[in-house]
Amino acid sequence: MIVGNRKEFREILEMLGSRRRVLVLGCNECVTVCGVGGEREVGVLASELRLYWKKEGQDFEVREHTVERQCDYEYIDQIRGFVGDYDAVLSMACGAGVQYVAETYKTKPVLPAVNTTFLGVTLEQGVWSERCQGCGSCILDMTAGICPIARCAKSLMNGPCGGSSGGKCEVGNDVDCAWQLIVDRLSESGQLDRYEEILPVKDWRSGRDGGPRKRVREDLKL
Amino acid sequence: MSYPSNVKVVKVPCTGRVDVLLILRAFESGVDGVYLAGCLEGECHFLRGNLRARRRVEYVKSVLEEVGLGGGRVEMFNMSAAQGQRFAEVAREMTERVRALGSSPVKKNVKRES
Repeated sequence: MIVGNRKEFREILEMLGSRRRVLVLGCNECVTVCGVGGEREVGVLASELRLYWKKEGQDFEVREHTVERQCDYEYIDQIRGFVGDYDAVLSMACGAGVQYVAETYKTKPVLPAVNTTFLGVTLEQGVWSERCQGCGSCILDMTAGICPIARCAKSLMNGPCGGSSGGKCEVGNDVDCAWQLIVDRLSESGQLDRYEEILPVKDWRSGRDGGPRKRVREDLKL
Repeated sequence: MSYPSNVKVVKVPCTGRVDVLLILRAFESGVDGVYLAGCLEGECHFLRGNLRARRRVEYVKSVLEEVGLGGGRVEMFNMSAAQGQRFAEVAREMTERVRALGSSPVKKNVKRES
């Protein structure tokens, strides 16, 4: 899923500036699962705004609304009937959702309440961890199912480097060395001979270096 | 057993029922402070309800700090059902604390909400 962090309340207030009629818009997908932008988080942020503006003695209008997905037009279109009543939309979706809402309602300020952070997994309730950077050419078959692009601080194709010590990365003692994990798992699964293969230099054109990406499936088009 | 009359008791089956939004809504309605009286730690009938409540209270503290009301207006206490004196003591303690913090700055503007 896409994982993010809520922006600091102060930053959100600064973004809003003098706007006091605000639609706080949640998303029922990834950001709900990672506890940052679903219906409950919309409720908390809206409550924060109400408390703050009440404290300041200001007039305001805060509406809470959560759509199924902010990355699909059909759901974004559902707010068309009332989005015009507000000075700004405070989107709690990932960056994709924020942009698609802004694209749909071009004259409406659509502000991000979330810092989109990574593609990851739930390690335990309340804890998420990065697993994928969407590089566009997966090599997990070569690396025992552990991604060195996302999980090695240097994204090394052949590792570990000299910064690996006791299974940990030099960037922090709480960060596992991805290449140590790869070697350990190759060994456990009887595939250590694969470690002898030198992985070629990665072609980053399939990643962000090739510019924004687009996927088309002609058979699915209407 | 007597305790300050300003304390309004809201009964819940377990402090684990108390959601962050419930506490925030109370502050929105203009209360000066909120405290949770949960069972003693380790003695929750639902195992971890009171422990979860404590974490939620900590979260609400950070929210109240962010909006400028002050985290001291919300607190978690633990006591057993047999500790009536402790209940009264906590009610007095929290009342004094909130009184020292003053009336909620939200209260005077509660009617302004659209």
